[in-house]
Amino acid sequence: MIEITINGDPHKIGKGQNLVKLLQDLKLDPTKVAVERNLEIVPKTTYQNVKLLDNDRLEIVHFIGGGK
Amino acid sequence: MTERNHDTFNIAGTDFTSRLIVGTGKYKDFEETARAVEASGAEIVTVAIRRVNVMDPNQPMLVDYLDPKKYTYLPNTAGCFSADDAIRTLRLAREAGGWDLVKLEVLGDQKTLYPNMVETLHAAEVLIKDGFEVMVYCSDDPIMAQRLEDLGCCAIMPLGAPIGSGLGIQNPVQIRLIVEQANVPVLVDAGVGTASDAAVAMELGCDGVLMNTAIAEARDPITMARAMKLAVEAGREAYFAGRMPKKLYADPSSPLAGLI
Repeated sequence: MIEITINGDPHKIGKGQNLVKLLQDLKLDPTKVAVERNLEIVPKTTYQNVKLLDNDRLEIVHFIGGGK
Repeated sequence: MTERNHDTFNIAGTDFTSRLIVGTGKYKDFEETARAVEASGAEIVTVAIRRVNVMDPNQPMLVDYLDPKKYTYLPNTAGCFSADDAIRTLRLAREAGGWDLVKLEVLGDQKTLYPNMVETLHAAEVLIKDGFEVMVYCSDDPIMAQRLEDLGCCAIMPLGAPIGSGLGIQNPVQIRLIVEQANVPVLVDAGVGTASDAAVAMELGCDGVLMNTAIAEARDPITMARAMKLAVEAGREAYFAGRMPKKLYADPSSPLAGLI
């Protein structure tokens, strides 16, 4: 197991897990979110190739209702 | 009149018919949001970017109620107080949505939510270099508006009054100066309280109006959404019709000849 941070909270996940698997486990539709990893945007097309590492910091965001 | 039937305006290469852009915040629930947007006739809706709730991924999502294929989602940077935060937010938004059209706003003060123009100019420059089409919330200063246009912003959006204040257009002279000099669309963004405020903005020659609170916090948001649609259309027509001159004294509108 490794520990990563998702949206500010610690999460334990399996070693060598890629981003597609993580989003599946979190039950998040990859087409509806965007992911930032250690302050770098992760292009949607590369999710399969992104292997998560210990201490990675992820931000997973989506569109919500908002004006200003 | 026939000409007005095809009165579209162009933002970053796309023609839009509705000149009303609405925010999607502050509604009771997503059903009400969807109904208000529908009633407003808006083709562009502003949205915010926030962290997903990873503990409860089954919460309803905005995209399930407002189809991003039907409406142009305009991601905003509401709540950002620095250029860096705004740039980071919009890069995420571009990845989430897959489009380049965004709304930049960098706020300078919690109490007034007045735009920080120094940070706004900096963020606009970086974003435009990065390929974004930037609609920019700004002060009603014509010099700043010109600088933003020179940087390549695709729409200039001065405030009519502080965000969420509902005070109406406080400085029509400045808005008009910006409209007269601009070669890109000018939209009043923030400050509209009721339908007549939207009409005033359009009568000043603005290309459109962006609002959220005036609809969402009306007693009946759906009816207010429709009122805003009509006000924007009425204001636009009045602008093109050209108002009569103001006079100090009365001028009868029935002929005096033949008076008994």
